[in-house]
Amino acid sequence: MLKVRGLKASYGASRVLFDVSLDVASGEVVTLLGRNGMGKTTTTRAIMGLLPPQAGVIEFNGRSVAGWRADRIARLGIGLVPEGRQIFPTLSVRENLVATAADRNAARSPWTLPRIFGLFPRLDERQGQAGKTLSGGEQQMLAIGRALMTNPDLLILDEATEGLAPVIRAEIWHCLEAIKAEGQSILLVDKNITVLERLADRHHVIEKGRTIWAGTRADFVRERAEVHRHVSF
Amino acid sequence: MDKARGSDPMKKSGSPRWRGFLPLVGLVLLVALPFAAQAFGQSALTSLATRMLILAIAASALNIALGLGGLVSFGHAAFYGVGAYAVGILTTHGASGMPFLGFVPGSEHLAVNLLVAMSVSGIVAGLIGALALRTSGVPFIMITLAFAQMLFFFFVALKAYGGDDGLSMRRRNALPGLNMRDDVTFYFTSLTILLAWLGVSARLFHSRFGLLLGGIRQSERRMQAIGVPTVRYRWLAFVLSGVGTGLAGGLMAVFGRFVSPDMMHWTQSGELLIMVVLGGAGTIFGPVLGAFALIGLETLLAGWTEHWQIILGPALVLMALTFRGGLARLGRSEQGP
Repeated sequence: MLKVRGLKASYGASRVLFDVSLDVASGEVVTLLGRNGMGKTTTTRAIMGLLPPQAGVIEFNGRSVAGWRADRIARLGIGLVPEGRQIFPTLSVRENLVATAADRNAARSPWTLPRIFGLFPRLDERQGQAGKTLSGGEQQMLAIGRALMTNPDLLILDEATEGLAPVIRAEIWHCLEAIKAEGQSILLVDKNITVLERLADRHHVIEKGRTIWAGTRADFVRERAEVHRHVSF
Repeated sequence: MDKARGSDPMKKSGSPRWRGFLPLVGLVLLVALPFAAQAFGQSALTSLATRMLILAIAASALNIALGLGGLVSFGHAAFYGVGAYAVGILTTHGASGMPFLGFVPGSEHLAVNLLVAMSVSGIVAGLIGALALRTSGVPFIMITLAFAQMLFFFFVALKAYGGDDGLSMRRRNALPGLNMRDDVTFYFTSLTILLAWLGVSARLFHSRFGLLLGGIRQSERRMQAIGVPTVRYRWLAFVLSGVGTGLAGGLMAVFGRFVSPDMMHWTQSGELLIMVVLGGAGTIFGPVLGAFALIGLETLLAGWTEHWQIILGPALVLMALTFRGGLARLGRSEQGP
């Protein structure tokens, strides 16, 4: 579904990505792990067309999308839950969800408002509230719901539980498990190895803008100490 | 309008219950105005109010670009003038019986001419928008201003249609069954068109299109990352805004039986911007209040002293500082941008 090879990207003169490669197959949950400042968010930005890559291959569903505009890439079927949530603060919960809703995946039964509210009952209770009045965890749920409402082939979550209370984190991880059970392909960018070990099918570790380790869940369990050395502080 | 959402779908703010009745009170006053003016022997008031109504349509149309789309256009006078000239030229050819360009028949029918004015303004807005929307911020302001000035000088040079002196029409356009020469009839025609336009505007603000534009205004890149072709939506807002401004221009041409390049001068664009900002950008009724406040103040001061602009300037600054977010947000617990 998603294939990234030898991705290079910079912010002006400052090179951030030197050689990032990763794969996500249909129905898989894949992680991109790494410490802060190693290029995880930059990788998602380059995949989404928010930062033009300087070299490398980005293929989505067999189409080379490197250098495409962000909206074209998203319409191909990638839903991004960006770092810091970035919901629309003055729109209501319901408006946030319906404004950008689309049906980009004809194969699966589409995500609809009732299904989103079933997944996140807290959002159901706050349908009419402005986005900015929600708690951090609720805003994160809204951001995930908003991305799901575009019915993407691939859902990318950048630091989905960053800065949230442990109880809210657990709730979000639980929801992601439910989304996975629906057959949704997910690329997770995070640092929470313990939970990801259980949730993901494959893992990638990046360090200083390069993919330095990639493997299956079994590889991950076998080489846990090695992975922890690159990811943990 | 959706009571739960107030007049501005982008702002969720607490509003006292009495605010919900204000549009109704305003409508009653507007309906009563020409009769009251006649009763008190102040018939000129009806003409002044008609001008206010027409400019309110223009300001409300600009509000779609500015308040909804976040597009600070300093060239909307171009669409106002183009709409006016479309009506003026068609009317002139309709009266003379000579087709425009040898094959386009003229018309003195108000509905036909206003439809043509809206179409021509929409096309011009589409062309200007396609180029101007490649930029944003100050360059966008400058490009829209430049296009408006280009059109201004084009019509100044267009001697066949009066050039600098403008174009006079023998009589007002007609509507079957109505005596458009009667100022009160024309007032109510203008009021009906304004109400229809506000209805369209309200539908637009509360539609998915409106929500998307609100999102684009808050963060264009975020919208792009969700797959929204933001330039296309902003362009459409710009074109719709141009259509409404052209409608107002055409109506003003019929009302005054006169069109001149001054209608597309940059000062006219500035006036429309002041009306929207003063009344409340992004609100449904704000531009109407802004148009009434600005024209009312101008008329009041001009009747008092010939140096009225010296007073108008500071008065506008004071009003902008006092009513932050615009007149339409007065009394709300949360004020505008």
